[in-house]
Amino acid sequence: MVATSGSQNLSAVRVDNVTRHYPMGESIIRAVDGVSLCIAPGEFVALLGQSGSGKSTLLNLIAGLDRPTSGSVLVHGRDLARMSSEELAGYRRNDVGMVFQAFHLISSMTITENVELPMRFAEVERAERAQRSRESLERVGLGKRLDHRPSQLSGGEQQRVSLARALANRPRLLLADEPTGNLDSRTGEDILNLIRDISLSVGVAAVIKTHERALAERFAQRFIFLADGKLANEEVRA
Amino acid sequence: MKGYDLLDLAVRNLRQSKLRNGLTTIGISVGVASLVAMLSLGVGLQQMATRRLSGSGLFDTVFVTSRQDFRGFDREDDAKTPHPEQAPVLDEAARNRITHLPNVIEVEPEIRVMGEVMANGETHFGFVTGLPMSAHENEAFDNLKGKFFSSDNADEAILLMDFAKELDPKNPTSLIGKEITLRYGERQALPPDTADRPQVAGGSDSGASNGDDYGFSVVRKQQPLRVVGLIDQEPYGGMRTVSRGRIFLPVRTTERLNMAQFTDMRSSLRGASSKTYMTLTVRVKDPAKVQAVQDAVNAMNFRTFSVLDATKSLRRFFTVLDLFLGIFGSLALAVATLAIVNTLVMAVLERRREIGVMKAIGASDQDVKKLFFTEAGAMGFLGGILGILLGLAIGKAINFGTAFYLTKRQLPPEAVWSMPPWLVGSALIFSVVVSLVAGLYPAGRAARLDPVQTLKYE
Repeated sequence: MVATSGSQNLSAVRVDNVTRHYPMGESIIRAVDGVSLCIAPGEFVALLGQSGSGKSTLLNLIAGLDRPTSGSVLVHGRDLARMSSEELAGYRRNDVGMVFQAFHLISSMTITENVELPMRFAEVERAERAQRSRESLERVGLGKRLDHRPSQLSGGEQQRVSLARALANRPRLLLADEPTGNLDSRTGEDILNLIRDISLSVGVAAVIKTHERALAERFAQRFIFLADGKLANEEVRA
Repeated sequence: MKGYDLLDLAVRNLRQSKLRNGLTTIGISVGVASLVAMLSLGVGLQQMATRRLSGSGLFDTVFVTSRQDFRGFDREDDAKTPHPEQAPVLDEAARNRITHLPNVIEVEPEIRVMGEVMANGETHFGFVTGLPMSAHENEAFDNLKGKFFSSDNADEAILLMDFAKELDPKNPTSLIGKEITLRYGERQALPPDTADRPQVAGGSDSGASNGDDYGFSVVRKQQPLRVVGLIDQEPYGGMRTVSRGRIFLPVRTTERLNMAQFTDMRSSLRGASSKTYMTLTVRVKDPAKVQAVQDAVNAMNFRTFSVLDATKSLRRFFTVLDLFLGIFGSLALAVATLAIVNTLVMAVLERRREIGVMKAIGASDQDVKKLFFTEAGAMGFLGGILGILLGLAIGKAINFGTAFYLTKRQLPPEAVWSMPPWLVGSALIFSVVVSLVAGLYPAGRAARLDPVQTLKYE
């Protein structure tokens, strides 16, 4: 494996010398400390590192859920650090899809309603919403369980719903926070397979945060290693 | 987020905690019911008072007196007005002028004289009062036994039930249709050749047939009258007369009989050139026009009085009453408001993860805030409707209870509670607004939640 960076000019995500520091009493926690990286459109990147290495913080910064202390996060040329909270909400709504380790589906809603939720925030018309949520769920293999509730599904199926929800508003960037963390290895593999297929077919850039390097090596095109909040290494799959 | 999506999500969320949200909504409804019941009671009492006063026929009435009379009652007014001798007299000409004022229906003299009724060989003393035909609309005739005068000049009488009982203690109603004899004093002009007749300044020899500037005679007369009806209470609540009238005659009949009144004595002292009236009762088309008529008559330099003056203080009383009833009623709603705050704060705590997820997938702070506002508003709306229905039930119960109590005491039932449409609308709006205000803090708290923190610990 060779350590190179992605294309600078055609980057979907460009992180420039980003820091995220948290005050903790008298001291300061440097969760992310001067990280710079680029991710190309349609690229499948794995974010690897030990616990506390800054993976989650970096992912949150790219997701627009958190703001950097310094530096810039440019997604498709727009600097997230300069956006208002309303603009950031719009960014999360339209430009990025998120998949979580704990799925974070709303238990009182059917899976169709869960997938429709981001479209409600995006003010998509009802009829179109229904059609798009059905298509999304069919794509992840749950076309026959549209009216089921999350509690009636297995972990893998719930993660598929989470993936369908993340893709509901047709984002250009998919972020997954330990998507296989709560799944057995085979189901985890299925999920990563699905993410890769969708990433390739739709052209969505995907960033997967994981600590399972072996699994990541089978799917990701590039690996970014973090340690103590800094970029430790970058590798491209041969 | 679109309005219907917001409402859909809010209702869905409220359904999630049916018991807690249901209890909060019931709390709001009790608050609204209490407020509505209290205010409706205030409105009902006010309407009852207005109804009573309107029924008394006093709201559309202006009493006119000459500034020559009743001096000393209002010293401030006396000081501003001309000397009694210079004030105009309330005579037939003045009556005509007032009759032709706009919005005046009728102008009738106040006639009350002492009389004696002879029945069954006994005489019974009573005050005789002249009534215009319009008096039929007065609430005193609601319970009329028999019928009203056939004409304003008929030789008929209506008696007060108490007086009828004096005449026939066993069966007073048997008097209806029977004839009684009224003995009264007729005012007669003095013969023209009366000796030692002094000249009075301003007087006129032409005189009137009813009297002159010198004096008059009072001659005892008798008049047969047919009793046509019996009433329980005096019309106009005794407002028009100092002494309680017990025998009522059509006003034209009393004028035709030329009954001598107490006030004639007063007039004779002054030396009026024609018959004068102590009080004229002016009936106005509409209570709203009373002030205008009163002003016009005042401009003629007569003294006026209307119940409108008295109702001003009555209105002030009801405004204060409504205020206090509203404050008492609002106490329960204030408690309900705290319940909304509590319920929504609990909801924010319970739904931290859900709020975090919603923000992570694109909900803005405003979306979250609006969602909690909608939930608060929906509880307020539902609570408001239930509260109004509950208030309505309480009101019906109050009216039923009052009617039952009054009927038990042989009194006519009275609605003391009234919920006008404006109160229904206002209560509903108030309930929603109060709920939205209660939702301010929880909604703000939910909107400020940091999605990273909420998702981290779940």
